[in-house]
Amino acid sequence: MLKINNLHANINGKEILRGINLEIKAGEVHAIMGPNGSGKSTLASVIAGKEEFEVSEGTVELNGEDLSDFAPEVRAHKGVFLSFQYPIEIPGVTVTNFIKTAINETRKAKGMGELPAKEMLQMIREKADLLEIDRKFLSRSLNEGFSGGEKKRNEIFQMAMLEPQLAILDETDSGLDIDALKVVANGVNKLKSEKNAVLLITHYQRLLDYIVPDFVHVLYNGKIVKSGGKELAYELEEKGYDWLK
Amino acid sequence: MGKFTEDDLKKELETKEYEYGFYTDIESDKFPIGLNEDVVIAISKKKNEPAWMTEWRLDAFRIWKEMTEPEWANVRYEKPSFQDISYYSAPIQKPKLNSLDEVDPELLKTFEKLGISIGEQKRLSNVAMDIVIDSVSVATTFKKTLNERGIIFCPISEAIQEHPELVKKYLGSIVPKTDNFYAALNSAVFSDGSFCYIPKGVTCPMELSTYFRINEGGTGQFERTLLIADEGSYVSYLEGCTAPARDENQLHAAVVELIALDDAEIKYSTVQNWFPGDKEGKGGVYNFVTKRGLCEKNAKISWTQVETGSAITWKYPSCILKGDNSVGEFYSIAVTNNFQQADTGTKMIHLGNNTKSTIISKGISAGHSHNSYRGLVQISPRANNARNFSQCDSLLMGDKCGAHTFPYIEVKNKSAQIEHEATTSKIGEDQLFYCNQRGINTEKAIALIVNGFGKEVLNKLPMEFAVEAQKLLEISLEGSVG
Repeated sequence: MLKINNLHANINGKEILRGINLEIKAGEVHAIMGPNGSGKSTLASVIAGKEEFEVSEGTVELNGEDLSDFAPEVRAHKGVFLSFQYPIEIPGVTVTNFIKTAINETRKAKGMGELPAKEMLQMIREKADLLEIDRKFLSRSLNEGFSGGEKKRNEIFQMAMLEPQLAILDETDSGLDIDALKVVANGVNKLKSEKNAVLLITHYQRLLDYIVPDFVHVLYNGKIVKSGGKELAYELEEKGYDWLK
Repeated sequence: MGKFTEDDLKKELETKEYEYGFYTDIESDKFPIGLNEDVVIAISKKKNEPAWMTEWRLDAFRIWKEMTEPEWANVRYEKPSFQDISYYSAPIQKPKLNSLDEVDPELLKTFEKLGISIGEQKRLSNVAMDIVIDSVSVATTFKKTLNERGIIFCPISEAIQEHPELVKKYLGSIVPKTDNFYAALNSAVFSDGSFCYIPKGVTCPMELSTYFRINEGGTGQFERTLLIADEGSYVSYLEGCTAPARDENQLHAAVVELIALDDAEIKYSTVQNWFPGDKEGKGGVYNFVTKRGLCEKNAKISWTQVETGSAITWKYPSCILKGDNSVGEFYSIAVTNNFQQADTGTKMIHLGNNTKSTIISKGISAGHSHNSYRGLVQISPRANNARNFSQCDSLLMGDKCGAHTFPYIEVKNKSAQIEHEATTSKIGEDQLFYCNQRGINTEKAIALIVNGFGKEVLNKLPMEFAVEAQKLLEISLEGSVG
């Protein structure tokens, strides 16, 4: 589903990604781990199409289609979802209004009409229940005054609503207490299917106890230096990253 | 808030231009340019006015001649040459219209382009409308329904003839001829506008609305609105404004006076969309407006404005809270893009005891524009327990525009409670990327962010206007982020 070939990317001339190769198939969960500054979040942003990063070499393909020329919203329409490490506040725009707009814009891009209000409401309720989100929360301004946990839960709620093909979760576990982590992980697990894929980006093995990866990759200095099964995560937890340098 | 008609919006966004910038070829009766006592007398004659009115105008003209244009506002522009303007222009039509069928078909086409289908409106919506093109009122709808309740809603020229006692009593009572340069000019040369009287205890059953349109080139528009809500009455009034796109600057100097007698309530909403000038800052309307309301005991006046048009806006809808327990409110969204400049705000003058005022101002600046909030909260020595809450928020787009806040607070009574909050924020790349990542393109994202920013004000508008205002905000900011 996702194929990254020899990907190089820089910001203001500073090279961050130095030749990444990665293939993710439908139904798989991959985890990318690595120390601070190794390029994990950059990789997520580049896949999503953030413009401040310049791709100097290599390609990112989704279902055989090169994404290079597509704007971030087009990539989103094609099924790429990024759960942000630091979700952004939009004052005055409610959680409901935001997700409604996102869904209808995506439908429009696919040549479909707006989702009827009744179905939208039903879907919102269903997904909010899945993530144990209080209804009152839905009429609050997006991310404004949210706790760290609320922000992350809201990201996964949006993911549940948008039903992406590829979900990239950037440090979704940071800022979550253990109960919230379980709820979020449970949500992700329920949404997982043979048709979609998940890319987890994390510092710690903790999240991987709840969302079990098929593959673990270690990113160091802009390159994947080691790949393995979920046991690699335990090894990293035990030994740290130094032995891989 | 109303349903977002996505396709309509898309169509409008695609045009990218000021969509009301057409000119209708209607035969018009237009005065030669210039202003002197003869022109003032001629306007008065044209309107068949009684002698007292002519005298009133001449007095205003003499006052105006002695005045100079104010320069304190935070706007830069080439001053209009008052001798190069024609002070009267009217579409030529039959002298007296008995029904809409008699209206000039060209005029009807204009209404359709403006989105005002009078015929449709008559049947479907609950809005009574007065339409002022250039200098005269051309159509007032729903007159009969209103008459049944004793409500007077007519062109002010007609009110001068038919209800001289009301006009004599209240015209200039809130905004005197001596008030300021533009108010004096307006008093001398105003040619039409709307007049409204709501009798004691009557709740007006529908929204009253005036649509202003400048059509002729080289003319100024000086409309005068006088609205009187008698004891215990209620009225919600809307005004909308458009003008053709022209290279030259057009002058618009209006005066609006509101009188809310004991226990009365007036809700006054404006969507101002005069031609803002082109992308290089050429042309556009100079909008110099004086709006003020007086609140007697327990009365309430609420101003809501969405200002997206005009090259220069100079406007401070104000409340004189004379009666005890009276309430004044001001909710404003002002958008400036390209080279537009706006200096707008309000004055809340607290004279009575337990008077309360609320000011919510939202300024959005983009392009090379400048957007200033200027407000005065004044608590007089005898106003015990007065309260004010002010909130001024600015939103910036890009790095070439400016947002300015000039709050003046004068408190002469110790029991007063005044709160002032101000914020400035910027639409960030991060916000846009976040929206983009959720499948929302940048244009739509800006609309979403801006509508969220202005929500507290948009919520105050009557339904029909709220949808129009939302769309206007989006169109005004078109192309503002590169």
